[in-house]
Amino acid sequence: MADVIEVGAARGDAPPPAGGRLRRRGATERGHRATPYLFLAPYLVLFGVFGLAPILFGVWISLHQWDLQLPNRPFIGLGNYRDLFSSDSAIYGDWWSSVRATAIFTVLSVPLLVVVPLGLALLLNRSFPGRTFFRAAFFAPYVLGVAVIGLLWRFLLDANLGLVNRLLGAVGLPSDTPWVTDVPWAWVSLVGVTVWWTCGFNAVIYLAGLQDIPAELYEAARVDGANGWDRFRHVTLPGLRPVLLFVLTTTILASANVFGQAFLITQGAPGEQTRTVVWRIVDEGLRDYDAGRAAAMSVLFALMLAVVSIVNFRLFRYRED
Amino acid sequence: MITNEMSRRRLLGLGVGLGAAATLTLAGCGGGSSTGGSTAAGNGGKDYTGPKVDLKLWNGFTGGDGDIFKKLVEQFNTEHQNIAVSVVTYEWQDYYSKLPGAVSSGNGPDIAVMHMDQLATFAARGVITELDDVAKTLELSEGDFAPTVWKGGLYHDKRYGIPLDMHPLGFYYNKGVMQKAGLDPNKPPATKDEYTAALAELKKSGVQGFWVSPFQFTGGMTFYSLLHQWGGTLFDGEVAKATFNSDPAVEACTWLVDMIKQGYSPANVGQDADYLAFKSGKNAFNFNGIWQINDLKKTPTVQWGVAPLPQIGSQPAAWANSHNFTIVKQRSADNNKVAGAKVFINWLSQHSLDWAKGGQVPARKAVRESAEFKGLTEVNALAPELEYAAFPPATPGLGEVMTTFYNAFNEAALGKKSPKQALDDGVAKANKQLEDNRKKYGS
Repeated sequence: MADVIEVGAARGDAPPPAGGRLRRRGATERGHRATPYLFLAPYLVLFGVFGLAPILFGVWISLHQWDLQLPNRPFIGLGNYRDLFSSDSAIYGDWWSSVRATAIFTVLSVPLLVVVPLGLALLLNRSFPGRTFFRAAFFAPYVLGVAVIGLLWRFLLDANLGLVNRLLGAVGLPSDTPWVTDVPWAWVSLVGVTVWWTCGFNAVIYLAGLQDIPAELYEAARVDGANGWDRFRHVTLPGLRPVLLFVLTTTILASANVFGQAFLITQGAPGEQTRTVVWRIVDEGLRDYDAGRAAAMSVLFALMLAVVSIVNFRLFRYRED
Repeated sequence: MITNEMSRRRLLGLGVGLGAAATLTLAGCGGGSSTGGSTAAGNGGKDYTGPKVDLKLWNGFTGGDGDIFKKLVEQFNTEHQNIAVSVVTYEWQDYYSKLPGAVSSGNGPDIAVMHMDQLATFAARGVITELDDVAKTLELSEGDFAPTVWKGGLYHDKRYGIPLDMHPLGFYYNKGVMQKAGLDPNKPPATKDEYTAALAELKKSGVQGFWVSPFQFTGGMTFYSLLHQWGGTLFDGEVAKATFNSDPAVEACTWLVDMIKQGYSPANVGQDADYLAFKSGKNAFNFNGIWQINDLKKTPTVQWGVAPLPQIGSQPAAWANSHNFTIVKQRSADNNKVAGAKVFINWLSQHSLDWAKGGQVPARKAVRESAEFKGLTEVNALAPELEYAAFPPATPGLGEVMTTFYNAFNEAALGKKSPKQALDDGVAKANKQLEDNRKKYGS
């Protein structure tokens, strides 16, 4: 938007011939109004077809009892939403327990996924022998698919057969921790595996951000007598603010959408305590074929995430002011 | 580049929500009014003389059984010049979620293999078509099958599935481990007393003999079997109410959970850990599906045997399910294809002895009683179970209710709730789900 205004302002600066100024300005403004949309058109078409239309259609579905195959899809207004909020419906307990599971996972994983990669990036940004190797090593797990890391860790973390408990036992620690079948251990496992798996990605983004901070700023700070901590607080962190906002936002969204890890590693155990929202939506829509209810869950969940993102942006803007 | 990388990598995390919504949406466009008015196509599968047809068949045979199935299809294709069947295989889990979408978008198969307990759901939702004429041509009747399997193919008195096989839960025992504990490896325990006595012996030799998995595979299915052994049922006769919190059910569950308390099983057994421990000689007994026979045959280091489940409760019983052939309704019905599909089903049903080599018990009694089948020692060892096998009921929408059942057992086996509490809670939820299903399917 800012770009468009600048362009307009630049054109407006063209020397206006006396007399015809008002009319001409009106004409150029009309041109301005259409131009941005023409430029946006290719994207808008794609967004409309693959973004907006499915979203609106999803909202429409959520107002029906909608089965892909059944001929009757009665309109039930807010019935699907009411089920999610009324404690005597069959789905109420499941739904809120998966919201709770997702919230726990997000609250535990986001701080780690924001801080650990930052530390990693700071280390990997220094020059030392073997730097490229370590950069690759920390990024490597991210290349693997969730199916691979899920199965791998399920067996490593198995309470009775897994390598993790055997190693713990070998050094004299308890060797019967139920890493994948009981809480809070299951959360430790899910968060730990996710951090191991994805921290390389955030680290790479931080690394790119770090390399964008001009070296002169550090030099100037050093001249002014700033120590390492001061330089981190007053040069590195402010320089990374836009990157931090990006990392925080995408990490919250990614964590809130956790599915594969829980599906493969804990399989929801114990009971349904680690069954997450996206998993629930998939089950509801594709296993129980209740697209209406699944759509209602998706809409509600999207609203929750929208609120979180807005708060997130507000906080960062507040600091900027 | 970074954003590109991210969108690809976050597919399973970030993407699934939107992806799921989009899938629903796209599939939704297909519409549900697929009218397949082709029930009477062909002559019930006796033969097909029309122009050449290409048929797509979907199944979930991802194990060794898949290869045997493909060989059978190849044989069929060479014997039938005007019918060409091509096979697509998915994991069963994905299979049932892919099928409806594929069918409504016109990309579904012509023939689909389905578990017995899924037939009613797919019949009620108009995905598959009636097959009464095929049953007639095949001269199949209830007498040829276990009655539950035969009736399981019916929905509103019409036949939708032709049973191919039956696959019960069996009792696997590790002969090497038994021998080390001083037990006779050729005399697996068959009663409750023998079973607990054997476990006590194993415990003395430092082996936790019987790992109780809290997950559907295999702990949930073990509980399902024992519940029936104690004389209980999962649901009432009309499948209107859940009954898996009855006294027999609670007793069966308690017996199983007590295995952990008595030290015959470790706590917190992970998914597949029971079977892996069995194969590596860390336990001696495993209640597992008949499909593991082929897997164990590939592991020559393990000395093992398989027998019907020991009778722990007051009567013999074992979990079982059955694969069925179905014909999928198409958006634009092609009578030639339907006729060809029926010929295929007829042919394969008659060749089900070869299928038994895939590690499943043939559905047809005549094949089961043939000398050749009796030659398949291991599979044949489980055939007697079919007299008392407990198949899941044929009621639409039962998938989520069964999940509730298995989750209730999960909570009991992991010690999160007492057996009684876990099953009571499960039944309360299952009853609500059954009520929702009644409204949805109007039965």
